[in-house]
Amino acid sequence: MNDFLSSLPLFSPFVEFAFMRRALAGCLALSLGATPIGVFLMLRRMSLAGDAMSHAILPGAAIGYLVAGLSLPAMTLGGLVAGLAVALLAGGVARNTVIKEDTSLATFYLLSLSAGVLIISLRGSSVDLLHVLFGSVLALDDPALLLLGAFASLSIVALALGLRLFVLEACDPSFLARISRLSPLAHYGFMVLLVLNLVAGFHALGTLMAVGIMILPAAAARLWVCNVGPLLLLASGTAFAGSLAGLLLSYHADLPAGPAIVLTLGATYLLSLAVGPLGPLASRWRSSWHFER
Amino acid sequence: MGARVSHFAHRRGAALLRFDNLTLGYNRHPAVHHLQGEIVSGSLLAIVGPNGAGKSTLLKAIAGELRPLQGSIDRGGLDRRQIAYLTQQATLDQTFPIVVHDFVAMGLWREIGAFLGLGRERRRRVHEAIERVGLHGLEKRPIGALSGGQLQRALFARVMLQDAPLVLLDEPYGAIDAASVRDLATLVRLWHDEGRTVIAVLHDLAHVRQEYPETLLLARELVARGETASVLTAANLQRARQLAEGHGDGTEAAICRVDRDAA
Repeated sequence: MNDFLSSLPLFSPFVEFAFMRRALAGCLALSLGATPIGVFLMLRRMSLAGDAMSHAILPGAAIGYLVAGLSLPAMTLGGLVAGLAVALLAGGVARNTVIKEDTSLATFYLLSLSAGVLIISLRGSSVDLLHVLFGSVLALDDPALLLLGAFASLSIVALALGLRLFVLEACDPSFLARISRLSPLAHYGFMVLLVLNLVAGFHALGTLMAVGIMILPAAAARLWVCNVGPLLLLASGTAFAGSLAGLLLSYHADLPAGPAIVLTLGATYLLSLAVGPLGPLASRWRSSWHFER
Repeated sequence: MGARVSHFAHRRGAALLRFDNLTLGYNRHPAVHHLQGEIVSGSLLAIVGPNGAGKSTLLKAIAGELRPLQGSIDRGGLDRRQIAYLTQQATLDQTFPIVVHDFVAMGLWREIGAFLGLGRERRRRVHEAIERVGLHGLEKRPIGALSGGQLQRALFARVMLQDAPLVLLDEPYGAIDAASVRDLATLVRLWHDEGRTVIAVLHDLAHVRQEYPETLLLARELVARGETASVLTAANLQRARQLAEGHGDGTEAAICRVDRDAA
């Protein structure tokens, strides 16, 4: 059986190399945990906020690195603290001053990002910086994989419990505020989940590309379906299929894995734009068909 | 549906809302001055007045979303979540990928909260509400594909499921056709018959005369209040226009009738 599988170019890398299997497992965790969060980022028109938050975790991870080297717990803890601090500060300033949410987030993430780069440059090299920014999906060890799995599980359970809350918060926030006391929980709970998944994603794909596995599959899936439930499933499926294809591409064409995965997901999005039933081309084609009839 | 609302029907005639020297506004600029009086349970009340008269502001305050600058509103123990409030500009994201059925079902939040399932009985009520507002057959349609009138019908169905003793409607017929207005007005009459208190901000005076037994005419202060026919007189309407314009140029803005009377 193994011999047969190894003879197929689609399977052989995963049969032969443990690091490829680990990378695939890591991507599966991210597809199940981070991608649904990306769907809600998109639905709440916060896609760029996700990007900003991914930079915000950098100084925390950097301080963890400064204190303990490339240590998983230290960098994870640092990232979580920094991400949550920026989410709370940005949310607080936006709610209590004339500064709006987007500017508020931008100010804190810029502070955070520059502090992070500064801290890394104090000790370490540009290689370390590259590791933090672009991750190392092909070097996931057992603890890292466990962390990814744990965060994904936590995220799925939280999302399942709060699904109705998150849907209503995204769809009609003032209605939610009117009928339920849980409205602040919906916002801050979501931000916590976002930070959690960004920190998980940063171990695999780095801070720059962790958002890729959130937003790209979400946007691609949105061009195919118009109901939240199917959207979540399709986005996760797309994320995993895209990661698989990206890993294979990186293996066979000898390309860096992280960018290969994100680029594959990006290609899926472009393809969806071209042929998805809710894409611009399809609607044009359909309306001309409508008028001919 | 009729059976479930009997618990607030028995209070019909008792004061549901009491305004005491109520002054409302934004950033310390009053928009409604020194409102006094009460609204009894089971009322079907129209609020009319010129643009900028403070009608929406008053509704917002009744809903508990605007703190009075002065005075108070007594809601007689009515919780904010027991008020169904349909605002003029729905904050709803119409591009959100949700179908009519799920959207309308959100009206059941007070019963099922964030976690409980719908169940067969509530599913039946969702369908009934959708049918009542004339959207039967469109349950699976995304809300983004609804026309303005259809969306307003869906919003009414959601209000219906909220099963609220107090219903606030802010210009509910703003941009919809006559047939939709007729259907939705029937629903409002039904709510009234069930003993609910309905307060609606409206512009179409003919519609108010036909549908609403009571009217409150507002022009940043109370102009008249009572039976619709006795409120919507030419003299009162003229006075409301003058008051609104007077306030508009700023010369009279700082002086309220109560203040003048006191002086």
